[in-house]
Amino acid sequence: MKTDIILAGVGGQGILSIATILGAAALEENLYLKQAEVHGMSQRGGDVQSNLRISSNPIHSDLIPLGGADLIVSLEPMEALRYKEYLSPEGWIVTNTNPFVNIPNYPEMEEVEKELSAIPNVVAFNMDEKAKELLSPRSSNMILLGAASPFIELAPEKIEDAIRTVFGRKGEKIVESNIKAFRAGREFAMKKS
Amino acid sequence: MKTKHLLLGDEALALGALHAGLSGAYAYPGTPSTEIMEFIQQSPIARERKIHSHWSSNEKTAVEEALGMSYCGKRAITSMKHVGLNVAADPFVNSAMTGANGGLLVIAADDPSMHSSQNEQDSRFYADFAMIPALEPSNQQEAYDMAEYGFNLSEQFQIPVLVRLVTRLSHSRAVVETSEEVRKENDLHYPARPKQWVLMPAMSKIRNKQLIADFEDLQYVSDKSPFNKYVDGKDHRLGIVVSGIAYNYLMEAFPKGVPFPLVKVSQYPLPKKLISRLYEECDSLLVLEEGQPFIEKQLRGLLDAGKPIMGKFSGEVQRDGELNPDIVRNLFMAVSPDYMEMEKANRHVPAKNVVSRPPALCQGCGHRDVYGALNDVLKEYENPKVFGDIGCYTLGFLSPFNAIDTCVDMGASITMAKGAADAGQHPSVAIIGDSTFTHSGMTGLLDAINEDSPITVIISDNLTTGMTGGQDSQGTGKLEEICLGLGADPAHVRTIDSLPKNHDEMVKLFKEEIDHKGLSVIISRRECIQTARRKKS
Repeated sequence: MKTDIILAGVGGQGILSIATILGAAALEENLYLKQAEVHGMSQRGGDVQSNLRISSNPIHSDLIPLGGADLIVSLEPMEALRYKEYLSPEGWIVTNTNPFVNIPNYPEMEEVEKELSAIPNVVAFNMDEKAKELLSPRSSNMILLGAASPFIELAPEKIEDAIRTVFGRKGEKIVESNIKAFRAGREFAMKKS
Repeated sequence: MKTKHLLLGDEALALGALHAGLSGAYAYPGTPSTEIMEFIQQSPIARERKIHSHWSSNEKTAVEEALGMSYCGKRAITSMKHVGLNVAADPFVNSAMTGANGGLLVIAADDPSMHSSQNEQDSRFYADFAMIPALEPSNQQEAYDMAEYGFNLSEQFQIPVLVRLVTRLSHSRAVVETSEEVRKENDLHYPARPKQWVLMPAMSKIRNKQLIADFEDLQYVSDKSPFNKYVDGKDHRLGIVVSGIAYNYLMEAFPKGVPFPLVKVSQYPLPKKLISRLYEECDSLLVLEEGQPFIEKQLRGLLDAGKPIMGKFSGEVQRDGELNPDIVRNLFMAVSPDYMEMEKANRHVPAKNVVSRPPALCQGCGHRDVYGALNDVLKEYENPKVFGDIGCYTLGFLSPFNAIDTCVDMGASITMAKGAADAGQHPSVAIIGDSTFTHSGMTGLLDAINEDSPITVIISDNLTTGMTGGQDSQGTGKLEEICLGLGADPAHVRTIDSLPKNHDEMVKLFKEEIDHKGLSVIISRRECIQTARRKKS
């Protein structure tokens, strides 16, 4: 198996914990993995991304080539579009539709939505709203992870185990609300795709 | 018995050092090197063994402290970003002359493409002119393995070893197989050749001959290094010299195997025998290296009289920015199209509705209040100049503040403001963070105090090293005492809390001190919002 994923968002949104969880699950499954991320200046409200490659064979490059990503997973709609040229023709975009507007020239939301929906394989919904419905407003990233999970060749139970490991020290309540969010996201994506 | 860990390149190197009997780590934070020290600070092995892991004031003090530990026979590492090696250049270059006793690794993390830096300098050049061997891991596993190998090399040749990392290795995770054994620390013991540690001319002249001879020998060691290798290929029209992480992009470009002979380089000085063989056996050479054309320059030489060499000088490979799988693939599409599968057309179309999202100062950050007040004061003057420095507050250059005129290197705000005042500039304002001030601002402030230069130094104190993620700042709680101790006039060392409610008071204070015809220091203080939040949660 091979899944090349670009994780995208705005500094501080929490894409790196998605990477941590998938990394833990892949390690548990004895798979190869490379995950490149950028620290430093861009984390102050700038655009951030991480290249995550999981494979049953050795991986050479830490970076994904243009047109090579099987999946773009984004917590923000414009940030999903930023990496469009990296998406393979058969690849999927899974994204939150709630814009994070911290710049004066954010494009028209209607145009962003139109461009997103023109891409053949997209799962897009307002994950922040969904998180509020679940009464855990800070779990949007786990809803996103759930929604992306059908497109990643890792068993959902294994990802849930990794969520338990990663959030374990924060207590059972946090673990359960994150698992609930993961399942809700997964269910939504399974219906849509 | 091996165990598997998921580690950043930085972390793999740190863990390798811990497993290889490390006794002390010395560093100043700097992207992309910071996680090396942070990993050691959080390591149970380090805690149990009481391994030194306190941040240093700057990279120069860090390298000297590590050299002191090496003198006493113990294994030490010192880590920094590439420009940090400029600050530490004096002890680094001279540590080749003293040599090392306990294994000493100097780790420099380069930042090609300048993700979080002001230039693309390549640390391999430093190792070369200092005549210090260098290691350049191509993946996280090598980063782990090279720590022990590097310590052994350092002790065998009694010389420090430079380890060169780059952003895409430092900040990329992979599965690393590690030993479960932790080597015991070295006992305290002193150098076998104590005289060479006193760099007086008479001693240095003797040592220099030894150093030159040793560097020759290190070339032979490179030929035998487990990290350098010759791999044959069927098509000898081209031979490839490939180093560090460029090797991964080469492998990615040829999933079925590279058809050309190659020499993989991860240890310097360059392996002469391996490269000579490649040169003999191939019609032309291609050099693939991350960073500046360091290998290519040596192969080509000034006269460039031999077989054709392709690389960054000749233009086949882009001269600036980092490599990536697309650059390397496109290179082979041009150089050897018969081996490459053709791309499907219209595959890579960028999106239309995307604009750049530059980083910005956080909401609730005290630097915002400083720039807000400073801008209000300075609009009253003709041609005010504000000399900035390195840190989060460099973002004050961007909209909406547009508040600084320069940013050069750590500490340059104060000294450039002084030079400008010497030239007749007024107002001449320096803005510097607390950690940058104790890193390299204090000595410049002494110059300004001694001449009572008419400049206004604002130390925007957020009680941490903010940009790199909130490491301890060496001056916390003693900035006023430092300024007064250097001799600043107590009437013009003033402190204020950088809070929105103090805006008018800040404006008044800034104006008074800018109008003062001599040196002033304003310490404007508010805890970093990021570290404050972390304490709460």
